[in-house]
Amino acid sequence: MLEIKDLHAAVDGKEILKGLTLSIEPGQVHAIMGPNGSGKSTLSYVLAGRAGYEVTSGSILYNGRDLVAMPTEERAAQGVFLAMQYPVEIPGVTTLTFLKTALNAQRRARGEKELDAMSVLKLVRGKAATLKVTEEMLKRALNVGFSGGEKKRLEILQMALFEPKLAILDETDSGLDIDALKLVAEGVNAQRSPERAMLVITHYQRLLDYIVPDRIHVLARGRIVAEGGKELAHELEAKGYEHIVGKAA
Amino acid sequence: MSAAPETKKQVAEIGDKYKYGFVTDIEMERAPKGLNEDTVRYISAKKSEPDWMLEWRLGAFARWKEMREPNWARVHYQKIDYQNAYYYAAPKSTPKKQSLDEVDPKLLETYKKLGIPLHEQMALAGVAVDAVFDSVSVATTFKEKLNEAGVIFCPISEAIRDYPDLVKKYLGTVVPVTDNFFATLNSAVFSDGTFVYVPKGVRCPMELSTYFRINASETGQFERTLIVADEGSYVSYLEGCTAPKRDENQLHAAVVELVALADAEIKYSTVQNWYPGDEEGKGGIYNFVTKRGDCRGHRSKISWTQVETGSAITWKYPSCILRGDDTVGEFYSIAIANNYQQADTGTKMIHLGKNTRSRIISKGISAGKAQNTYRGLVSVHPKAASARNYTQCDSLLIGGKCGAHTVPYIESRNPTARIEHEATTSKIAEDQLFYCLQRGIPQDEAVSLIVNGFCREVLQQLPMEFAVEAQKLVGISLEGSVG
Ligand SMILES: Nc1ncnc2c1ncn2[C@@H]1O[C@H](COP(=O)(O)OP(=O)(O)OP(=O)(O)O)[C@@H](O)[C@H]1O
Ligand SMILES: [Mg+2]
Repeated sequence: MLEIKDLHAAVDGKEILKGLTLSIEPGQVHAIMGPNGSGKSTLSYVLAGRAGYEVTSGSILYNGRDLVAMPTEERAAQGVFLAMQYPVEIPGVTTLTFLKTALNAQRRARGEKELDAMSVLKLVRGKAATLKVTEEMLKRALNVGFSGGEKKRLEILQMALFEPKLAILDETDSGLDIDALKLVAEGVNAQRSPERAMLVITHYQRLLDYIVPDRIHVLARGRIVAEGGKELAHELEAKGYEHIVGKAA
Repeated sequence: MSAAPETKKQVAEIGDKYKYGFVTDIEMERAPKGLNEDTVRYISAKKSEPDWMLEWRLGAFARWKEMREPNWARVHYQKIDYQNAYYYAAPKSTPKKQSLDEVDPKLLETYKKLGIPLHEQMALAGVAVDAVFDSVSVATTFKEKLNEAGVIFCPISEAIRDYPDLVKKYLGTVVPVTDNFFATLNSAVFSDGTFVYVPKGVRCPMELSTYFRINASETGQFERTLIVADEGSYVSYLEGCTAPKRDENQLHAAVVELVALADAEIKYSTVQNWYPGDEEGKGGIYNFVTKRGDCRGHRSKISWTQVETGSAITWKYPSCILRGDDTVGEFYSIAIANNYQQADTGTKMIHLGKNTRSRIISKGISAGKAQNTYRGLVSVHPKAASARNYTQCDSLLIGGKCGAHTVPYIESRNPTARIEHEATTSKIAEDQLFYCLQRGIPQDEAVSLIVNGFCREVLQQLPMEFAVEAQKLVGISLEGSVG
């Protein structure tokens, strides 16, 4: 599904990713851990196609297609979803309007029929309840005045709504209280399926207790320095990054 | 007049860029080029006006000759040669029509191209459309229903003949003949426009709407509108316009006067989408408009809502004179300037009576190399005890080559007045665009979505059928402005 080979990427002329290789199969959940500033969010932006994140060498194949050549919105329509570390506020645009606009834009791009307001509302309501996204939140401007936890829940709601093939979750657990963490994790687990791959970026083993990954990668200074099964998270939690990163250096 | 072949070609090339850019092939009758007393007499005669009206026009013309074009606004344009323009143009084939069947099919075709669903509107929305084609009104509908309610809604030329007492009583009482250069010019040469009178205690049974359209090339358009809401009445008036594509700059100097007597309310909404000029700033309409409302009676209310996306130059300050006690004035505005457009627009709230309240919400959007200025005056006179004003001016910049300017003037001569002013300037943030793109929303649609969100408070003020059109317009006028 996703094959990253020797990826080098720069922001503002500064190289951040320095030879990263990683691949994920459909149905798998991989976790990426790593110290602050190691390039985790950068990787997520490169995959999503954010302007200014330039691939200088290496390749990314997404279902056999060259992902780098695809425009950002087309990646979204083709199933790449990024739950952002810092969801963005758009004043004056109600959450529901945003969801409808996005859903229909994706459907249009795929040549599917657009949905009317009522159908979208029904669809959203169905998914919103389990994530405790309230009707009132849907009427408010997108993310404006939402608490940290509410913003993250809304990201997962969007994931449920858009049904992506590749979901990248960038620190979706940060800023969540324990109950919200469970809620979000359940939301994510509910969406695990044989067709869907997930890349979960996190600092905490705690999240991985709920969302059990098939594989864990440790990212440091722009490359993968260690890999392993779910036990690796416990080792990191016990010994810290310095131990592993230092060993790799 | 027949449309020049090269104009047609240009239009074809431009295609969807400006979808209202076309010239209709209809025979026109025109006054000779230039402006002098004879022009004024010609226009008055064409309208079969009574003597008092001609005198009024001639008086205005005499004053105008002594006036100078104002230059204080932040707009720049080549000097207008007032002698090198036509001041009257009318479709040749339009004597009074009783029904739509009698209207030149080409005109109806024009309406269709414009997307004005005249028949549909009549049937579905219950909107009376007084369609102004160039200078002569050719179709007036829903007269009967309005007649029943006693509402007068007709071309102003007709009102001058049929209701001279009403017209004499109110014309020029809100915008005096000598008010300003453009208003005085309009007073001398106005071609036609709309007259509305809502009698005491009547709630106008439908939204009134007029579509203005400039068509004959090189014809200045001088609309004159007068709306009078008698005691305790209510009326909502919608004005919308588009213009065909052309290269010469066109002068438009309209005057709109609103009079609200005691306990009356007038809601005036505009969606203005005249040709703004091309991407290099060539062509486009010069729009110098004087719009003013007088809350003459106690507890009356006047509310202006405008969406300005068109014109090369916009010079426009819909204002309220809060004369009666406890009167309310509102101004809700969206002004979009793209490419080389220049907009200098805002409002004046003149608080004369006690307990008068005004509210100003202005949303200015600049893109390309455009300049967008909000110019507002809040003036509280000594007798206006406990007057209140709230002003909010928000500017949104798209790209780094445009400008937004806010020029608020505040004069308060009563210590009990409360005036609040808030202003913000923001940009469409890169992270907002990325967020939209990541969720599959293409760039132009994302810009439209974000800008519509920015304008929401104003869009909400528009009547439903206008709001939808206005939202689309906001998107269309900013297409390609990012990236
Ligand atoms: N525009 C930029 N110009 C220069 N350096 C940048 C820019 N954006 C990010 N960086 C740098 O890139 C590095 C990687 O940042 P990134 O956000 O990917 O880290 P991260 O692994 O997600 O960290 P965290 O765990 O704190 O979220 C950091 O050193 C950051 O300062
Ligand atoms: Mg990060």
